[in-house]
Amino acid sequence: MEKAEKILAEHPFFEGLDPELLKIIASRANDVRFEAGQMIYREGDEADQFLLVRDGKVAIEIFSDRGGSLIIQTVGPGDVLGWSWLFPPFKRRFDARAIEATTAFALDGKFLREKAEEDHRLGYELLKRFSRIVVERLQATRLQLMDIYGKHS
Amino acid sequence: MVTTPHLIQRFNKETRDTFTVELKPSNGAFHFKAGQFNMLYMYGIGEVPISISGDPFDKQKIIHTIRAYGAVTSRMANLKRGDMVGVRGPFGKHWPIENLAGRDILLVAGGIGVAPIRPILYYILANRNEYGKVTLLYGERTPGDLIYRGQIEQWRGRFDLDIDVTVDSAREGWLGHVGVVTTLIPRIQLDPRNTMAMLCGPEIMMHYTILELQKRGLQNDQIYISMERNMKCGIGFCGHCQLGPKFVCKDGPVFLFSEMKDLFRQREM
Repeated sequence: MEKAEKILAEHPFFEGLDPELLKIIASRANDVRFEAGQMIYREGDEADQFLLVRDGKVAIEIFSDRGGSLIIQTVGPGDVLGWSWLFPPFKRRFDARAIEATTAFALDGKFLREKAEEDHRLGYELLKRFSRIVVERLQATRLQLMDIYGKHS
Repeated sequence: MVTTPHLIQRFNKETRDTFTVELKPSNGAFHFKAGQFNMLYMYGIGEVPISISGDPFDKQKIIHTIRAYGAVTSRMANLKRGDMVGVRGPFGKHWPIENLAGRDILLVAGGIGVAPIRPILYYILANRNEYGKVTLLYGERTPGDLIYRGQIEQWRGRFDLDIDVTVDSAREGWLGHVGVVTTLIPRIQLDPRNTMAMLCGPEIMMHYTILELQKRGLQNDQIYISMERNMKCGIGFCGHCQLGPKFVCKDGPVFLFSEMKDLFRQREM
C-alpha cells in the first residue's frame, strides 16, 4: 500500500494532495495492465472505477452502426480515464480500448463516492481535480468541433 | 515584380484536397529562406500567395504544397506535369532559424500549416549539430488529411527528432493521438528557458497553442507565428494585407509574437 501511495502522490492528478486523503484513495488502488487492442470498458458498463494511466495509450471511442468505431480522443501517461463513476447513473458513456500495451492504477470509484459523502474534504479535492479535467476536455472538444484546421476557421 | 512562367516538372496528389507542385526555376536556380512565399498565378484565373515548402538548399526546385480552398487553388488542383504557372517571389520575412543555434526548437503545425514549417526541418537537419532538442507537433482533421505522411514517418524514425502527430478524429486502426494539437503540448518535454517555438496554422489554432505554451513558461519573445492575410502585391504597396501598422506580406508573414500580440486576433482588424 505504501508503494501505491507513493506512486499516486507522484501522479500529476494527485499533485499536492493531503497525504491523509491520499491514504484513503490508495487503500483501494490496483495495478492493472491491458494488452494492445484490449477493450477496457464498453458504453453502458457500470462505471465503478477510474484509471490513472501510467504508460501506454488508450482510445476513447463512439460506436455507430453506420461507421463503426470512431476514436474521439486518446489518453496517455499522466492522464485520467473515466469520470462516469462520479455522476448518476454511473454508466460508461463511451468505449475505451488500449491501442498500446497500457499500465494504469485502477481506483475504486464506488468506494470513493461513499468516502466523499463522509469526508467532504475528500469530495472537494476529487471534484476540484475532476472538474479541471472536464473543463480541459470540454475546451478541447469545442476546438475539435470548430474544425480549427479547416478553411473556415 | 513581374510574373514569370514556370514549368511544372512534378505534380503529386497528397490527399483528396491537397497537392504538391514542383516547378523548374525559370532562371536556373531559385533562392529562398524557410517561411517565405511566392505569388502563384493560374493563367486566366487569378493569383494567390503560397508558402514555399521545399528544401532551401535545393536551388533546382520550387516546391509548393497547396490545399484547394478557393477558386484559384481549386483550379490548380487540376494542373498536371508539363503545365505552366506564373511565379512572383520569393516574398516576406523568413523564420529566423539561422539565428537560433544552440536553442531547442519546437515546431507546431496545424493543417496545411505544416507546409511552411517543412523548410525549417530541412534547414535544421542539414545543420543538426547546431540545435538542441527539436520537436514537431502536427495536427490534422483525420489521418486521411495528413500530408507528407511518408516523409514524416521516415523522420519519426530518427533519434534526433521528436515528432508527434494528432488528428481530430479517426477510425479504428489509427494508433496515433486523437485530439487537437494543443493537447500535445502538456505531454512534451520542454525547457522553457531554452526553447524557441514556431507556429503555423489557422490563427485560432495558433491562439490556443500560444496559451498552452505560456502555461509551460514560454514568453512572447520565444514564439514566432506565421500570419495569413489576403496578400496581393507581395511588396507592401497595395495594403490588402495590412494589419494595423504592419503589412503581412512585407513585415511578415513570420512575426515574433511579442511584436504582434496587440494586433493578433483583434476584432475589426
